[in-house]
Amino acid sequence: MKKLIYLDNNSTTPTDPRVVETMIPYFYEKHGNAASRSHKYGWEAEEAVDYAREQVAQLIGADPKEIIFTSGATEADNLAIKGVFEMYARKGNHIITVTTEHKAVLDTCKKIEKLGGEVTYLEVNDKGLIDLDELRAAIKKNTILVSIMWANNETGVIQPVKEIGKICEENGVLFFSDATQAVGKIPVDVIENGIHLMAFTGHKMYGPKGVGALYVRRKKPRVKVTAQLDGGGHERGMRSGTLNVPAIAGFGKAAELCRLEMEQDAKRLSVLRDHLEAEFNKLEEVYVNGTTEARMPHVANISFKHVEGEGLMMTFNQNVAVSSGSACTSASLEPSYVLKALGLGDDLAHSSIRFSLGRFTTKEEVDQAIELVSNGVQHMRDLSPIWEMYKEGIDLDAVEWSEH
Amino acid sequence: MAYSEKVLEHFKHPKNVGTLDKASKTVGTGLVGAPECGDVMRLQIEVDENTNMIKDAKFKTFGCGSAIASSSLATEWLKGKTIDEAMAIDNMDIVEELALPPVKIHCSVLAEDAIKSAIKDYQEKNGIEVTVTETSH
Repeated sequence: MKKLIYLDNNSTTPTDPRVVETMIPYFYEKHGNAASRSHKYGWEAEEAVDYAREQVAQLIGADPKEIIFTSGATEADNLAIKGVFEMYARKGNHIITVTTEHKAVLDTCKKIEKLGGEVTYLEVNDKGLIDLDELRAAIKKNTILVSIMWANNETGVIQPVKEIGKICEENGVLFFSDATQAVGKIPVDVIENGIHLMAFTGHKMYGPKGVGALYVRRKKPRVKVTAQLDGGGHERGMRSGTLNVPAIAGFGKAAELCRLEMEQDAKRLSVLRDHLEAEFNKLEEVYVNGTTEARMPHVANISFKHVEGEGLMMTFNQNVAVSSGSACTSASLEPSYVLKALGLGDDLAHSSIRFSLGRFTTKEEVDQAIELVSNGVQHMRDLSPIWEMYKEGIDLDAVEWSEH
Repeated sequence: MAYSEKVLEHFKHPKNVGTLDKASKTVGTGLVGAPECGDVMRLQIEVDENTNMIKDAKFKTFGCGSAIASSSLATEWLKGKTIDEAMAIDNMDIVEELALPPVKIHCSVLAEDAIKSAIKDYQEKNGIEVTVTETSH
């Protein structure tokens, strides 16, 4: 059987074999608990964690003491937002975020609202970017935190993080960034960008699943978060729980590999991504979603108009694995809220496919995917009454559809 | 989500894809759904005026695999049926035949609506008393 081509690296990346190699000893001969201080097993585990902490810190320009290991980015998002909300309650209760954030941030913010906090949701323009003046205007006396993602998971759009960092510094507000999609793929430096807290995860950067980190700044200013898990006081009291030593060792190795290889990976992948987009643009009525100016090098979010995304995926999902912005599987029938926030109509949002390439994607795979997807678009358009109407010159916006 | 074998078969090899002349008096056209909802079905029937029998049926559908399979199956079932028999097709028959999961039941509802809408169009065109009662989905 032909290999299933994997172009869904924004969902998760395959684990690099070098990462797996690093992890294996910590399941077997070095199985100790990093908190055991009385024997060699414990010391070895602690050593592995310390080393990984350095590797991870180095990738983002942080001090190792500023890395809090978590179970992943969702936990880190929760810890950052809820932890700041509790810790800085005396200073204020207002948080600013953006409508295109990941659910781990949006749903946490909703929880904050239930707890009596106040949240402002900034909108994005048709390119997927926030307006810095709107951010400035949204900051109030009781604002404690700005939570804005580095790069969007669906579109790959990169927010003006450095400028946001400056605005936060000028206003004495903490800046937290969910950088899950950016860390390990593009240069991310917490000092240069004025980041106070940052969440990221291993499995989006060729590391294992189930491990992530929260960067918590220790100097200028010293940032604190209230722990959300009570227990043994691990991770400087901010995140109790026995450390997942093999995963952390793997996360560290993954971070090191990204630091050394990201530049060449990004260069190679942006060429492949641009090739993919150029080929799809040869089809009619194809739209790239989100800005192409500030975007992750490996991501292309494309709408094939008059074709429904989930149906389209079915034409090639035996051969190519991607994600769709259509949500026909959910009872609500609501398409991607991220694409809708960019001002896309429901029809274009339903027609979108996200292609995300990765370290192990080859040129041959991209070429095969282009062919398979293009054939699928053709098949679906042959089946589509809307395509036929469009071809006949009927104004689809003027048609009275029977909503159901 | 895994699709049933029958859905996959209809999806890969849809039956009766095409367009009938919607201006013809013997053709009834039903266009249901909306692009915003992610499904649009156009189902057409051609009726033999003497026997009141559906002699041809065609469809085109914008939608997911289940929507395409539901409309493909509907056209198969319609051919050779009288108008009255066609009226009796229930969306749950389609659900059962295609083993649609709960989240895809709306696809079968849409197919039933498309059938009724096509019959209604045919009846109105020919001055026949409309037997379709408004569906309430």
